[in-house]
Amino acid sequence: MRFTPCVLRARETQNAGRKGVLIVSEYAVEVVDLTKRFGDFVAVDGVTFHINRGEIFGFLGPNGAGKTTTIRILLGLLRPTSGHATVLGYDIVKQAEDVRKNIGYMSQRFSLYHDLTVGENLDFYGRTYGVRGQRLRDRKRFAVQMAGLEGRERELTRNLSGGWKQRLALGAAILHEPKMLFLDEPTAGVDPISRRAFWDLLYELAEGGTTIFVTTHYMDEAEHCQNLAFIHSGRIIAEGAPEDIKLDRMRGQVLEIDCTQPDVAIGVLRGMGLFEEVALYGAQIHAVAEGIAEYKPRIAQALAEAGIELHTMDVIAPSLEDVFISSVRNHVNGEE
Amino acid sequence: MNENNFVIETKDLTKQFKKVVAVDRLNLSVRKGEIFGLLGPDGAGKTTAIRMLCAIMDPTEGSARVAGFDTKKEPEEIKKRIGYMAQQFSLYGDLTVLENLTFFADIFEVGRKERQERIDRLLEFARLTRFKGRRAAHLSGGMQKKLALACTLIHQPEVIFLDEPTTGVDPVSRREFWDILTELHIEGVTLFVSTPYMDEAERCSRVSLMFDGNIIVCDTPERIKGLVEGQLLELRPDELREAAQLIADLPGVLEVQTYGDLLHVFVDDAARRAPELQSVLAGAGIVAEGLRRTRPRMEEAFISLIRKRSEEG
Repeated sequence: MRFTPCVLRARETQNAGRKGVLIVSEYAVEVVDLTKRFGDFVAVDGVTFHINRGEIFGFLGPNGAGKTTTIRILLGLLRPTSGHATVLGYDIVKQAEDVRKNIGYMSQRFSLYHDLTVGENLDFYGRTYGVRGQRLRDRKRFAVQMAGLEGRERELTRNLSGGWKQRLALGAAILHEPKMLFLDEPTAGVDPISRRAFWDLLYELAEGGTTIFVTTHYMDEAEHCQNLAFIHSGRIIAEGAPEDIKLDRMRGQVLEIDCTQPDVAIGVLRGMGLFEEVALYGAQIHAVAEGIAEYKPRIAQALAEAGIELHTMDVIAPSLEDVFISSVRNHVNGEE
Repeated sequence: MNENNFVIETKDLTKQFKKVVAVDRLNLSVRKGEIFGLLGPDGAGKTTAIRMLCAIMDPTEGSARVAGFDTKKEPEEIKKRIGYMAQQFSLYGDLTVLENLTFFADIFEVGRKERQERIDRLLEFARLTRFKGRRAAHLSGGMQKKLALACTLIHQPEVIFLDEPTTGVDPVSRREFWDILTELHIEGVTLFVSTPYMDEAERCSRVSLMFDGNIIVCDTPERIKGLVEGQLLELRPDELREAAQLIADLPGVLEVQTYGDLLHVFVDDAARRAPELQSVLAGAGIVAEGLRRTRPRMEEAFISLIRKRSEEG
């Protein structure tokens, strides 16, 4: 039911587009049946979704699923083969300039100049976006403060480590106070503490009304998004709020097993043939099945027979990582 | 091989750039056949340490022996015996999977006789046989990492250094990559790996935590997790940030961390504090589900140990 309004709107906007009427969208982003082919390869295959204004929207999927291609189309850097999309109400093909002026973008490899200083990088981005004079000075001060780089304005960007570079890149992307931000794996390779600090910045921006489109491979970060879309082989395979996706997609409950020799235990559990999925989460194992609590005694026995000592065994709420693994594996199996 | 059976051994290894001491008297030893994990916040000096161990960069002071040779005096001997997968490992995008492997076989002077068999085995090993004719640029990110690993293994090194090999890789591909590393581990290869993913750290034989160029702790994941003070409660409140602030000030609460939509609360006494937390949250109109006592993972241990270290200054 939740998706009905979106489909309706999609039809309206398609008609509007044909008549050449300026499209006014209540959504920050609206994507309808978007397709991109490279020769025989379909990178994005009939994708439809929308993003509400002021929300943090997570775009998840395996490597090569079409995430970056979708972003590049939305930024007007690539032309779609078919379908259409608006960003902040602007048509991404006909009004690409307007799109780019009003958004901020942070790519996978933070697009900073390594041989420029922190201050020079911010100057460069400011001028690119037409931010000058007093406003540029104010915005620079804000960006430096936000990134925690006070007193380091003259340092070469090359010498900053990952977490600092990442926060500087975010500062550069918001110098012109865009209404919308596109972040492509902004926290790749960043340690757990810096990742949390970065997400605190994102909350602040979202609370100030900025719409945020973010891709990530960290499923704990995805839990913080208001809405998500999972893309696989160019197609959206699940979408909605994290809680709803978990309800829709999980077949069964998750049992978290904490025991000695998890590498061995995982083989024992798979050998029991009872579970939809058995996966290693660091040193713990997640086993998924319908009515999994019933299997607890049998699991305890099987592990004991294998000489494995059980620490704890609890039914837990599924995490998005559980859902991701199960969705991707089911989808792959469905294709082959 | 030296008497202790250490494959990697450093003594006060130090690297100073103009003003910054990137690695500060690093002392560590890695046994043959271990998966040794190097963790630490950004800028802790992990990449610099790996580069020195791979004999690509000379230390300013101190020394290191790798595979029985001194990194400063015998770099060529070391390069023959180790594999190094850098963060930005360069594959040739225009070349196919097979051509990339052949190229690295040429560089490492793998003889014609063994070459074919070794390449076939590596393709199989990296689950890339089906894709051997595909250009590297057209592989998915996860497959590129597996190809890079296969290229790193072409000369059958005794020790492999991997600098954040799974950064930017999705959860399913990351598990596949680690399954391959586990196979190498079973074959007896020594693996030295840096990673920002704490679940991967749990799969290492031993882990060392680097901070400001120093190792602050080096032990098995199990023992490192044991260093964290207090008992851990986990819960899922509907208002995460409010709940975190509320709980932080309660008596008996040592530390509060967020993980996804979960709160991890370290307390002095779980049995006593659990009902207290529950009632304080209920009083504030916050619904919390799934309250349970659990054991800390490396993620929680990392944050706790680094925070404590930063506070100590």
